[in-house]
Amino acid sequence: MDLSWMAWTGPTALFWLGIVSCLVIMMVWEYFSPGGNPRVGILRFETTRGDRLFISLLGSAFIHLAWLGFIGPGLWWALGISFVYAIGVFKTV
Amino acid sequence: MDKTYNNKAWLLVIPVFLLVALSAIIPIMTVVNYSVQDTFGGNKFFWVGTEWFTDVLRSERFHDALGRNLLFSFIILCIEIPLGILIALSMPKKGIWVPICLVLMALPLLIPWNVVGTIWQIFGRADIGLLGHTMAALGIDYNYSSNVFDAWATIIIMDVWHWTSLVVLLCYAGLVSIPEAYYQAARIDGASKWSVFRYIQLPKMQGVLIIAFLLRFMDSFMIYTEPFVLTGGGPGNSTTFLSIDLVKQAIGQFDLGPAAAMSLVYQLIVLLVCYVFFTVMSNVGTDKPEVEE
Repeated sequence: MDLSWMAWTGPTALFWLGIVSCLVIMMVWEYFSPGGNPRVGILRFETTRGDRLFISLLGSAFIHLAWLGFIGPGLWWALGISFVYAIGVFKTV
Repeated sequence: MDKTYNNKAWLLVIPVFLLVALSAIIPIMTVVNYSVQDTFGGNKFFWVGTEWFTDVLRSERFHDALGRNLLFSFIILCIEIPLGILIALSMPKKGIWVPICLVLMALPLLIPWNVVGTIWQIFGRADIGLLGHTMAALGIDYNYSSNVFDAWATIIIMDVWHWTSLVVLLCYAGLVSIPEAYYQAARIDGASKWSVFRYIQLPKMQGVLIIAFLLRFMDSFMIYTEPFVLTGGGPGNSTTFLSIDLVKQAIGQFDLGPAAAMSLVYQLIVLLVCYVFFTVMSNVGTDKPEVEE
């Protein structure tokens, strides 16, 4: 199957692989601990693991955009901050 | 009673998953791929990294279009949601007038976007349009193609005319689903009209209002056809919303890379605002226990 029209690059393939890996990890997690672990965290509304992943990914996207907009290219720091942010979300939200 | 888990039901989701994959996931993957490359046509791409994102985020053109879009959405939500509730409250709940009102309300929704734009384009013209002619006869200098205020006013009134019905129909559906017993209880307690609205009708409409709010926000934030037909984004750039700017860049200039980066930023903003609205509005008035664990 020719996918050249999608203009794939190594980094974008890695990016999508990262997203798919997150979803696979969530599925495995759900298999071993079903129910989605709903709880009320610091945002004062109920979230499940899926919600927390969504908040982490959306927040990470904005962290990267903010880094690009205010500081410039070189996103390793933004990636690091996003990891810390995601851990924070999974622990406290 | 123990719940029965049957994961075979997931197989039923496969057709929807395939449909979403073809219509949304694969296109968005392609857009992400475009956003980090440049092309000069012929399906030849060159890696540029995050350059287009930096350009878009620092571009005044993008900031202006985003500001106009947010202002537009804010104004039409401030008008359409209260007006929709008001009209739904005044509509009859039974009798021959119910179907008549419902059909009348549904009429603007059935008109395609480009036709709505054309209707208002002609309607606002001073030489042949009723609105433009009436304004001229009243001595009001109205010209949507040269005056920024007139262009904005026309687009806003056009959107209100086109889409308030959607809010009305959703609110009406919420209102007629309220059991009569609630009103009887309110009458026994001697509740005022305002109290009935505040404590019975509004909470019962909450679900449909969330849908109305989200639909109208997303639609207004992504508005393209009507202003494009009516003003073409002018006068100047005064009604160039994000979608119009995006199309100019992607199709007019064939700058696929910057357009892809812009559309991703645009999509993330829509996603964020919708998530915040949805979460806030669906949690209003629900008492949740304190932090667990």
